[in-house]
Amino acid sequence: MNWDTIFSVSVESAIGTSAVIYTLAAIGINVQFGYTGLLNFGQAAFMAVGAYGLAIGVATWGLNFWLSVGIGLAAAVALALILGVPTLRLRADYLAIVTIAAAEIFRITVRTSNYRDVTGGTDGLQQFSGAFFDINPYGRGQYGVGPVSFDERTMWVLTVGWILVALCCLLVYLLMRSPWGRVLKAIREDEDAVRSLGKNVFSYKMQSLILGGVIGALAGFIFALSTGSVLPDSYAPEVTFFAYTIVILGGAARVLGPVVGAVIFWLFIQFSDQLLRQAISAGYIPNSVMDTTQVGAVRFILVGLGLMLLIIFRPQGIFGDKREIALDAR
Amino acid sequence: MRKAAIALTAFLGGLLIVLCLGAGTASAQEGGEAVQGTLVSAGQPVANVKIDVKVEGGVAVGSAVSDDKGKWRVDVPSGGRYEISLDTATLPEGVGLINPDQQTLRVQVFSGNVRTVLFRIAPGGAASEKSESKWDRVPQLVFDGINFGLIIALAALGLSLIYGTTGLTNFAHGELVTLGALGAYYFNVTVGLNLIPAAILAVVVAGAFGYLQDRFFWGWLRRRGTGLIAMMIVSIGLALVLRHLYLYLFGGQSRQYSDYTIQAGLDFGPVNVTPATLFGMAIEIVIIVAVGIALLRTRLGKATRAVADNPSLAASSGIDVERVIRIVWTVGAAIAGVAGILLAMQQSVNYQMGFQILLLVFAGVILGGLGTAFGALVGSLIVGLMIQLSTLFIPEEMKNVGALLVLIIVLLIRPQGILGRAERVG
Repeated sequence: MNWDTIFSVSVESAIGTSAVIYTLAAIGINVQFGYTGLLNFGQAAFMAVGAYGLAIGVATWGLNFWLSVGIGLAAAVALALILGVPTLRLRADYLAIVTIAAAEIFRITVRTSNYRDVTGGTDGLQQFSGAFFDINPYGRGQYGVGPVSFDERTMWVLTVGWILVALCCLLVYLLMRSPWGRVLKAIREDEDAVRSLGKNVFSYKMQSLILGGVIGALAGFIFALSTGSVLPDSYAPEVTFFAYTIVILGGAARVLGPVVGAVIFWLFIQFSDQLLRQAISAGYIPNSVMDTTQVGAVRFILVGLGLMLLIIFRPQGIFGDKREIALDAR
Repeated sequence: MRKAAIALTAFLGGLLIVLCLGAGTASAQEGGEAVQGTLVSAGQPVANVKIDVKVEGGVAVGSAVSDDKGKWRVDVPSGGRYEISLDTATLPEGVGLINPDQQTLRVQVFSGNVRTVLFRIAPGGAASEKSESKWDRVPQLVFDGINFGLIIALAALGLSLIYGTTGLTNFAHGELVTLGALGAYYFNVTVGLNLIPAAILAVVVAGAFGYLQDRFFWGWLRRRGTGLIAMMIVSIGLALVLRHLYLYLFGGQSRQYSDYTIQAGLDFGPVNVTPATLFGMAIEIVIIVAVGIALLRTRLGKATRAVADNPSLAASSGIDVERVIRIVWTVGAAIAGVAGILLAMQQSVNYQMGFQILLLVFAGVILGGLGTAFGALVGSLIVGLMIQLSTLFIPEEMKNVGALLVLIIVLLIRPQGILGRAERVG
């Protein structure tokens, strides 16, 4: 058992790219679910349209990198509009099913071999991140403290990623203190009351969906840049469920909830992952009980259990307020 | 006392499955990267066909010959792009590639992954598809659509009844479908029973699991006063746990039952059906009719509809609501198990097969109107037909997209579903 590796890998994961990606995705969900009470189960689709907008723009159409970022953001807004118009008038559970269906529609469509020329099919797209790494201020080498270190590409992705996280948190903080944010929270508490005050509930919900979706697209950009590729199956429904677990773990309707949630989530996930792998390779867990290919399944079992236990016993998560969580159907 | 005995037996049965499945699986997919595939022509495996693999534009890596199940596999040294070619000279007489340009396929293999490669072959080769116009396929597609729609309807019945009686949108319903298929696989392949008794045992296990879920989990949550949205999110967590428990125990590969998998089709005019499919359809129809009659005619059925309509009113008129809900869970789970077995007979057994059809089941339920049993039937048939017929116009890989799009469009026009009652929704 190499405890140094276990801890360094866990810490690297807790502040690394997966934490950044899921923090951003979770901030988006927090705006929609935490503040507005919208159950958007299609956050993976918002990440995917962002990532694919960027990758198709650069790799397929040969456009400028920053223009392609714009395409990704515009695609997220468009997706929110397309999804929102039919579904935002519906009850929460309908919205959940339709958004998850839309996410699957997008994933199945981009992985279809008929559109391989544009989307790359199941192989996805690569070679779109050149312009991003051309302006990398970090020289070649490893950066870090003690056993925790990242190479220069990851450092650059992380720097940009955590700056985006900070900006998004600031934006959410300011917005939720504004009259606009108070209307969102009021919609979560009692839609009819807000409507009777003359507010256009549909329009506010749509704005919330768009804002959360655009933040989700930012998560998609970081995902795409950190791996240097976009693959359709990276945007499976599980991604959304992980992000929900993070929101609820950190505390819904709290500005820093998603950040804390993602850090703890990935610390825990990677720690248990590494612990199991090391225990298997060291022979503490016999291969008949578990082999290394099964560790991946254990991760999902733990997340599922965590999500169930949190919702049942502590729906407010670490920082949240129980009265502020929209968990009753209406 | 009797209840406790039933619960105990069911629990032990479930435990047995979990333990034995665990022993019988895993360890199949060790090692690194490979390309693999199955050669099937008109439902029949094609053996002794040579497949060559080389690095794209480079050296040969290896070759394989398909076995008597049509399966072939070539291990490759690392991730990268490979050219896979099928030696057409080794194909049996009269069988050829549907698209002769696809004799060599170029694929990307990712490190640590096994890539499945599909060569489309058929009797008569390229001529087989061209001779058939688009509209000649309609009768076969309609038949397949009805068959698939009936399978979805079986899963949808339980989902819809559970929603109707408890208000729970159960995202873990797909895992009941998978449980039926996996249970039948366990009794059929691992234990060695014939598929029919194996299927019956699997349905009993699925029903028992539904009963236990409600008895010890959902019933407890309802008594605690957990909100409906909270329960929905709990069901997502439960689905994650169950699905990956299946993955843990069963492994990631798709497998076949040992009986009735390879059958010659019977021709009924323009429609070609295997006897197993016909038998499956008969079961589907019998179950649906039986559930329909039970709902309309029996005391329990009336009680179920009363609970679905208004639980408090039903309780105050002397109906044991909890008992009705428990029976709905048991029956719904058992029927979902049947759906899983029939689905697995047509495709294959896979740990995520239930999750893959869950959205289609939701589509069927919502199309028909959430909470209405007959609506679920109509909606599911529409979804099944939609999926099959849409392949006339869109690529095969995208056939589920059509059904999901219809779901969104119906919600736009008629949010209460086709047979649902209009109510204010927000």
